[in-house]
Amino acid sequence: MSTPYAKLPGWVDYGLIPLINVVVAFLVAGLVVLIVGENPFEAAVILVKGALGGGQNIAYTLYYATNFIFTGLAVAVAFHCGLFNIGGEGQAYVGGLGLSIVCLSLDTTFPWWINFPLAIVATALFGALWALIPAYLQARRGSHIVITTIMFNFIAASLMVYLLVGPLKAANTMAPQTRDFLPGGQLPKLNFIFDALGMTVRSAPFNVSFLLALAASVFVWALVWRTRFGYELRTMGFSPEAARYAGINESRIIIITMLISGALAGLMSINVVMGDQHHVALDFASGAGFVGIAVALMGRSHPFGIIPAAILFGMLYQGGADLSFEMPEISRDMIVIIQGLVILFAGALEHMFRPAIQTIFASLSPRSVGIAAKAEAR
Amino acid sequence: MNSYMVLIQIADATVRVSVPLLLAALAGLYSERSGIFDIGLEGKMLAGAFAAGAAAYVSGSAWVGLGVAIIVSIAMSLVHGVASISYRGNQIVSGVAINFIASGSTVILGQAWFQQGGRTPSVSGAARFGDIALPGANAIRPIPIVGPIYSNVISGHSIIVYFAFLMVPFTWWVLFRTRFGLRLRAVGENPAAVDTAGISVAWLRYRAVICTGILTGVAGAYLSIAQQASFVKDMSAGRGFIALAALIFAKWKPVPVMLACLLFGFLDAISIRYQGIALPGIGKLPAQLMQALPYVLTCVLLAGFIGKAIPPRAGGVPYVKER
Amino acid sequence: MAEAAIELIGINKSFGAVRANRDIHLTVEKGTIHGIVGENGAGKSTLMSILYGFYQADSGEIRVNGKPTRIDTPNDAIAAGIGMVHQHFMLVHNFTVLENVILGVEGEALLRASIAKARSELQRLEREYGLTVDPDAIIETLPVGLQQRVEILKALYRGAETLILDEPTGVLTPAEADHLFRILRQLKEQGKTVVLITHKLREIMAVTDNVSVMRQGTMVDTRKTAETTVGELAELMVGRRVLLRVDKGEARPGDFKLVVEGLTVKDTRGVTMVNDVSFGVRAGEIVGIAGVAGNGQSELIEAIAGIRHAVSGRVLLDGKPIEVTGNADPGELREHGLAHVPEDRHHVGLVLAFEENENSILGYHDEAQYLKGAFLDIPAIRRDAAEKIEKYDIRPADCRLKTANFSGGNQQKIVLAREMEQDPGVLIVGQPTRGVDVGAIEFIHKRLIDMRDRGKAVLLVSVELDEIRSLSDRILVMFDGRIVGERGPDATEGELGLLMAGVESKEAAE
Repeated sequence: MSTPYAKLPGWVDYGLIPLINVVVAFLVAGLVVLIVGENPFEAAVILVKGALGGGQNIAYTLYYATNFIFTGLAVAVAFHCGLFNIGGEGQAYVGGLGLSIVCLSLDTTFPWWINFPLAIVATALFGALWALIPAYLQARRGSHIVITTIMFNFIAASLMVYLLVGPLKAANTMAPQTRDFLPGGQLPKLNFIFDALGMTVRSAPFNVSFLLALAASVFVWALVWRTRFGYELRTMGFSPEAARYAGINESRIIIITMLISGALAGLMSINVVMGDQHHVALDFASGAGFVGIAVALMGRSHPFGIIPAAILFGMLYQGGADLSFEMPEISRDMIVIIQGLVILFAGALEHMFRPAIQTIFASLSPRSVGIAAKAEAR
Repeated sequence: MNSYMVLIQIADATVRVSVPLLLAALAGLYSERSGIFDIGLEGKMLAGAFAAGAAAYVSGSAWVGLGVAIIVSIAMSLVHGVASISYRGNQIVSGVAINFIASGSTVILGQAWFQQGGRTPSVSGAARFGDIALPGANAIRPIPIVGPIYSNVISGHSIIVYFAFLMVPFTWWVLFRTRFGLRLRAVGENPAAVDTAGISVAWLRYRAVICTGILTGVAGAYLSIAQQASFVKDMSAGRGFIALAALIFAKWKPVPVMLACLLFGFLDAISIRYQGIALPGIGKLPAQLMQALPYVLTCVLLAGFIGKAIPPRAGGVPYVKER
Repeated sequence: MAEAAIELIGINKSFGAVRANRDIHLTVEKGTIHGIVGENGAGKSTLMSILYGFYQADSGEIRVNGKPTRIDTPNDAIAAGIGMVHQHFMLVHNFTVLENVILGVEGEALLRASIAKARSELQRLEREYGLTVDPDAIIETLPVGLQQRVEILKALYRGAETLILDEPTGVLTPAEADHLFRILRQLKEQGKTVVLITHKLREIMAVTDNVSVMRQGTMVDTRKTAETTVGELAELMVGRRVLLRVDKGEARPGDFKLVVEGLTVKDTRGVTMVNDVSFGVRAGEIVGIAGVAGNGQSELIEAIAGIRHAVSGRVLLDGKPIEVTGNADPGELREHGLAHVPEDRHHVGLVLAFEENENSILGYHDEAQYLKGAFLDIPAIRRDAAEKIEKYDIRPADCRLKTANFSGGNQQKIVLAREMEQDPGVLIVGQPTRGVDVGAIEFIHKRLIDMRDRGKAVLLVSVELDEIRSLSDRILVMFDGRIVGERGPDATEGELGLLMAGVESKEAAE
C-alpha cells in the first residue's frame, strides 16, 4: 500500500510513530476516566498493580493474553495478504464446536495429552472451515470479505445458540451449555511456574495453551517470513499486480491465508474452554476475536509486536477487574473503549501525526527526509 | 384469537422492529453513496440511544433527548469523517473503532452518571415518544379486514416510526431530485469528475457523513426512548449490521432499502413470536435460523448468485488528486 | 494580428526535482484551432493543467482576453471561459448525459428547473455545432466517441469560449476522429478557440491553424500550420539530440525464438489496444518497438508475458505455442525461458516494501535453488542477491535494504539482474531506462547488447527514440495498435518520427 507521504527513518516508522499513536489512545482513555470523575493516574496505578501485582494477577493477565495472541495472529496473517478478517470472533466460537466434539466424545477415553493435540486439530479445522466460505466468496466471486466475515459472526452466533440450547445442551441443567468435561478434557495449569518463582497463585486459569500460543507465534513468524507461501502471501498483500507478474495464484493464496487465519482464531477456544471453563458455554469468546484487531494493529502485524500487545490487553482485562472493584465507575467496559481508541489511532488515524513528525525531523536533519522524498522522473 | 388477528399482530411487530433498521440503513445510504463505507452504524446508533436516554431523563423532554442523540451521533460520524476523508485512513478500521468506542463509553458514562449498571433511568410521559393514534383509528377498527390494518398496523406508533417511513421517499427525493443528491451520487462514483467540476470532494463527503449521523441518532433515540423506556447496555444488538446487510441487499437504493428492512424485520418478528416454527413435512424450524437468515441472504447476494450488489465505484477509496 | 484569447507568459512548474515546464510563452489567437505537439513528458499536459487550474504555476502569468487572470482552481478557469476535455473522461458512468452536463453548475438546489434548462440548452448546442447526443442516455451505454461529445457539451454548457482537448483521439476510431474534427471546425466557425494537445502530427496538419512544439519542458517554436510540414514538426519534436554511443558489433541472428501471430488485445474499457499484430524475434538480435506511449506497446508485451489476456492470436516460444488468450501463467513462461522486465517497476516488477534480496527472487521464488522444502533458503537467497549486487554494481550494496530506498536506476538494475541472470532464451524489456540516471543508462544498454551477443532474443519497447535507435537491430514502429513499419538501425529520426505520428509514407510528409 503506498502512502502519499515522504519517507522517514525506519525506527521512526516502526517504533516512534506507532508508540505515539498508542500513547495518544491511552491519553484519550485517561480523559474518559477524568470525565467520570476519577484520577487517571490513580486508575493506572491500580490497573498495573491489579495486572502485575502478584503471581495470581500475572497468571490471570497471561491467561487473557493467550486469547489475544491467538486472535491477534489470526487478524495479522490476513492483514499481510491485504485481507481484513473481522470474523475472528465467529471463527473462535465455531472452533469451540470442534472442541466440544473432541472433548464430549473422548474425555473419558483419553488423558488430556492425547485430547490436546486432537483438540488443536479440531478447533483449527472448524475455525478454518468457518473462514472458508467468506474466503471462497472473496477469491472467486469478489464479495467483500469484511462484510461476509461480519455476517458469518452473526451466523456463528445463531448456530451456536441453536446447538447449545438444543443438541449440545447438558441433560441435567437449564443453562445453555455443554456438560462439564471430565479430566480428559481439562488442560493442566502452568501456575507452578509462579510457585517456583516464589509467588503464590491461588487458582488462576493460566494453562498450557499459553505455550501453544507462543508456538503459534513462532509458526506465524516462520510462515510469513520464512516460507515460500509466506513470500507469496506478502507479495499479494503489498501489490496484487506484482503477484500476478510473479505467477502467483491469487485465489489460492486468499483461500489458504483465510484458512490459516480462521484456524488460529479457532485455537483460541482451547484456552477458554479446555483451560478454564471446561464446558462450551454461550458466547465464551466474549469479544476476544475483536480484541485481536486492536492487538494486530498495535503489534504492527508482527508476532514480536503481537505478544506484547496481547499482554498489554491481558493486563487491561485483569487489571481492569481490580480497577472496577476499587473504582466502581470504571467497569471492564473501559477496556472496550481503549480497544476502540487503539484501533482508531493505531489504525485509521495512523498517519495523523506523521506530517508533524516529518516537519520536526526535516528541521532537525533535512537530509534524512529530503533525499528519499525527491520525486522521480517518470 | 383468529389467524387474521395474528397476522395483524405480526405486521405491527414487523413495523416496530423494522424502524431502527430502516433509519440506520438510510443513514448508511448517505455515507456509502458518497463513497465512504460505514460499518460504524451500530456504534453510532448505540451512542445515539444512550445520549437520548440520558438527555431525555435529565431534561424530561423526549425532544431534547432526540436532539442530543443527533448531536452525539454526528460527532461520532465526524470522527469517522476526519479519519477517512481528511487523513485518508482505512474506512473499515475506523468504523470498527467507532463501534468499540461507543460500546464501551455508553456503559462507562451511564454507570458514572446514573449508577444503574450502565442503564439509564426509565423515562415516561413527555420524556418518551408515545404512540400516536391516527384520526379515526377507533372508529375504523370494527370494519373487517381494513379496520385492523389501519388501527393496529398503521396507527398507534410513535412519531419516529412515521418519520422513518417518510424518510424513504424523502431520501429518494434528495438523492434524485436535488443538487445535493446529484453531487452526492457523483462523488461516490467518480470523485475526480466532481473535483474537476469545481466542487469540493471533502466538504461534500463531510456533509454526507453528517446526514448519516443525524439518522443514526434518530435510530438510537427510537431504541431508548420510543421502543423502550431506557438505554440498556449494547441495546443496538447488531441492528447496525443488519441495517448494513439491508443496505447491500437493497443495492444502495432507498425504496428497496425499506423493503429489505421490512423483510429482515418480519423475520425478526416471527422469530420472536414463534420460538421455532413447525413446517409441514420439514419439521420444526429453529428460531435461530430466522435470526441468521438476513445474514445468509446477504452473503448469497454478495456472492452474486441472485443478482449482483455493486457498491458505489469509489467506495472505500480515499480520494487523492492525481498527477 | 488577431486578438489573443489566451496568453501564457513565463510559466514555470517543477515537481520535486523535475522541471515540467520551463519559462513557457504561448499565445493562442481567438477563433483558431491551436495545436500543441510534443513527445511524452514534454510538458504539454502539465501546461494545460495549469491553465485549467488543476495545478498552480510556480511563476508566470496567465492572460485571458488580454486581462491578467488568476486561475487557482477549475472553478476559476470555468469562470474565465476555459473548458477542458480530459484524456480520461471526467464523467459519472451511471449518470445520464443531462446529469453529467449540469454537475457542478446546477444553479439552484432543486434539479427540475436546471434539468429543463439544460435540456433546451443542449438542443441549442446540438443545432449550432452538430453535437447530437441523447440527453437521457446513461453514459456507460454510450460509445467512447459519444462520451467525448458529452465532455465537449459539458464545457460549452459552462460557457467555455476556449476549449482544451487533451489527446482527444487516443480512444477514438478513425471515423470518430474525423467526426470530432468536423465538430472542432464548427466550433471555430462559431468563434470559439480550441487548443488541441496531441502527438499525432497528421491531426495537427488536418485541423489546426497554428501549432506549437514542446520538448523537454520547453516551448521550442510556434508555426503557422500552413507554412510547415510534418517532417519539420517531427524534427522539432524529437530534436537533434546527440545519439548515445553504444558500442556494438554486427548482429548474428539465428532462428526465431519468439513469434507473434495476429495478436489482438483489448483494455478493460473494451478499446482495441493491439490490433492484429504479427512479428518475430530471432536469437541474437534486439528488436525495438518504437512509438509514442499509449499506442499499444504496453499491452502487447503484457500479453506476451502472460500478465494480460489477449482476445485472439498466437504466440510461439521456441516454436511451441504458449497460452495468451486464456489463463496465461507468467510462472510457467519463466520456466520456458521467457524473462520480462516490466515497464512499471514500482508496482509490477518490484515490491517496494520488500528487502532487496526478496525482490531478487520475485517470480523465481519457486526455484529449487532458493528453497529448502517449503521454506525459503534465506542464506542462499541473500548470497545470490549479493552476487547480483556485485555484478550489476547496485548501490548501496546492501541486500537487506528496503527496495524503496534505492534510486530509480538501482531499482531497475535489481529487476534487470534478476531477469538476465536467469539466462533466459527470450528477454522482453519495457522502458528499461525510464527514470534512470545517465550512468545507469549506459550500464543497462551494455547489458542488453551483451544479452544479444550471447545469442538471446531481445524484444525492447521504449518511448525513447534514441534508445531504440542505438540498441535495436530491427525497429518496428507501433501506431494505434498496429505495426505501421519496419526499419533498419540506420533509419533516421525524421523517418521514424513520421511513422510514430501515423504518417506511413515519405510522400505524405511533404
